[in-house]
Amino acid sequence: MEANEKSILSVKELCLWYGNHQALKNINIDIPKNSITALIGPSGCGKSTFLKTLDRMNDLIPDVKITGSVEYKGEDIFAPGVDVSELRRQIGMVFQKPNPFPMSIYDNIAYGPRTHGIRNRAKLDDIVEKSLRGAAIWDEVKDRLRKNALGLSGGQQQRLCIARALAVEPDVLLMDEPTSALDPISTSKIEELAMQLKEQYTIVIVTHNMQQAVRISDNTAFFLLGELVEYGKTEEMFSQPTDKRTEDYITGRFG
Amino acid sequence: MKQNKKHTAKPIEAIVHGVFLVAGLITVGCVLLITVYLIISGLPAIKEIGLIPFLFGKVWASTAKTTEPSFGILPFILTSVYGTCGAIVLGVPVGFMASVYIAKLAPKKLKAVMQSAVSLLAGIPSVVYGLVGMLVLVPGIRKLFNVPDGASLLAAIVVLAIMILPSIIKVSVTALEAVPKEYEDASLALGATEVETHFKVSVPAARSGIAAAVVLGVGRAIGEAMAVMMVSGNAANMPGLFESVRFLTTAVASEMSYSGGLQRQALFSIALVLFVFIMLINAALNFFLKRDKEA
Ligand SMILES: Nc1ncnc2c1ncn2[C@@H]1O[C@H](COP(=O)(O)OP(=O)(O)O)[C@@H](O)[C@H]1O
Ligand SMILES: [Mg+2]
Repeated sequence: MEANEKSILSVKELCLWYGNHQALKNINIDIPKNSITALIGPSGCGKSTFLKTLDRMNDLIPDVKITGSVEYKGEDIFAPGVDVSELRRQIGMVFQKPNPFPMSIYDNIAYGPRTHGIRNRAKLDDIVEKSLRGAAIWDEVKDRLRKNALGLSGGQQQRLCIARALAVEPDVLLMDEPTSALDPISTSKIEELAMQLKEQYTIVIVTHNMQQAVRISDNTAFFLLGELVEYGKTEEMFSQPTDKRTEDYITGRFG
Repeated sequence: MKQNKKHTAKPIEAIVHGVFLVAGLITVGCVLLITVYLIISGLPAIKEIGLIPFLFGKVWASTAKTTEPSFGILPFILTSVYGTCGAIVLGVPVGFMASVYIAKLAPKKLKAVMQSAVSLLAGIPSVVYGLVGMLVLVPGIRKLFNVPDGASLLAAIVVLAIMILPSIIKVSVTALEAVPKEYEDASLALGATEVETHFKVSVPAARSGIAAAVVLGVGRAIGEAMAVMMVSGNAANMPGLFESVRFLTTAVASEMSYSGGLQRQALFSIALVLFVFIMLINAALNFFLKRDKEA
C-alpha cells in the first residue's frame, strides 16, 4: 500500500485460532478510507473470519483466540474498555444471506437507531427515509413501510439490510458475499450502490466473483489457507499478480 | 430381477402400511369413544338439573340427606379458572425467563444441567408434588399467613405453578432455539447487546411458540387432579385464596367411588365441562402452532 493513503483500519500480525485450528496467519493489512477493498480467495481460506474480526463479531464464538492488533482510527479494538456496541455501530455488517428481521420494513431500519437510544418519532421517520434512500430502495418500499420485510424479494431484502446498516451512521461497511444469493440484476444494483456508498463510507467486501472485484474494488486482498498472499491495487493485481498462487487463482486454475 | 423384487415387496409394504393405519385409527377411535361417552353420560344430569343451575349454582351438596341435594358447580369452575390463572401468573414469568436463560445465555454445562433438571421436574409424578406440598407448603402457608388451615387455593396455585414450569420451559426453549441465528447476528452487528438482542429479536421471533408453551401450561394446570386434591383442602367452597377449595378434576375424583344416581351422573357432567375446557385450550394451542408455521 502507498503510505500516503489514509487508512481507517490497520491490521498488524493478526492471528486467529478456532480451538486448535489456526484460521488466520499473521495478517498485515491497511485499509484506506473511502475505498472499496475486496477480499478474494477460495472457500475456507478465512475471509469471513477476517471480516468478522474487524467488528469483533467473533467474540461470541467460544474458544476463539486472537493475537496481534486491529486499529480502527488509530485505536486498538481489542483494548480493554473498548465499547463493543459502539464499535459495531461504527463498523456495520451486511451478511451473505439477506437477513431482515421478521418485522415491518420501518421497524427493521429503526431497530438500530432505537437500540442506540433514539425514540423521537419524527427523527426516526427521517432516519428511515434517509437510510432507505441511501440504499437505493426508498422508491420501491415507501408505500409499504408497515409491511413485513420478509415479503420483499431477495435483492430488495439485501438492500434493506444495507439500509438497516446505514441507519446507525457507520463509517465502515463490511459485506460478506452480499450478492452471492442474488440474481444478476439485483447483483448489479448492489454493486452500483457500493460504488456510490464509498463516497461516504469505507467498504470491505468479500466476494467469490472475480469480475465483481474487478468492477467495483479499488484494492484487492487475496487470501489462501489463512494467509494474506497478496494485497494491492485491484487493477495491478489482476493484470500483473506478483505471486504465482494469486495468478493461479485469478486465472481460475484452482479454487 | 428388479421387477420381481418389487412384486414380492409389495404385500409386505401393504401389511406395514396397514399396521400403521390401524395404530392411527386406534388413536382416533379412543378420542371419539371418550368424546361420545362423555357427551352421552354427561348430558342427562345437565338436563335434569338444568344447564344454568348446574353451571352457575353456587352450592354443591350432592349427598345432602335432610335437605334437597344441590348440584351447582360454579365453585369448581371458578376454582379451576382461578387456580389455573394463578399458576400462570406465577409460573409464566419464571418459566419464560428460565427459557431465555437456558436457550440463549447459559454456558454450555450449566445449560445441560438446567435442561436435565427441567426434564426431571417433568418426570416427577403428581402424587409426589402433592406429598411435598402437603408436608412443606401447607404448614408453611398456615404459619406465614396465620390462617387456621394452610390447605387452600393458594397452596394449589403454588404447586400448579411449579408443575407447569417444565412444559412452559421445554416448549419455549425449543421455540427460542429455532430462531435463526442470522437475526441475532444482524442485531449484534448493529451494536445491540446480547440481552437486548434476545429480548428485542429472539423473543418476538419466537412469540408464537412461547404462546403455545403458555397454553400448554394452562392445559396441564386445568387437568391436574392428584396434586391439587392433596393440598387444596378439597371442600366445595366458593374460591378464596385461603379457602379450602375443590377443582373440576378433584370434584370428579373425590366422589366418584361412592356415588350413585343423579350424583354420579352429575360427576360425568362435570367431566364433560372439564373436557370442553380442554378442547378450547387445544384449539388455542393449534391456533398458535399454525400461526408459527405460517410465519
Ligand atoms: N465458528 C467456527 N468454529 C470453528 N471453525 C471455524 C468457524 N468458522 C470458520 N471456521 C473455520 O475457519 C476457516 C475459515 O473459515 P471462513 O472464515 O468461514 O472462510 P471463508 O469465508 O473464506 O470461506 C475454515 O477452515 C472454517 O472451517
Ligand atoms: Mg465466508
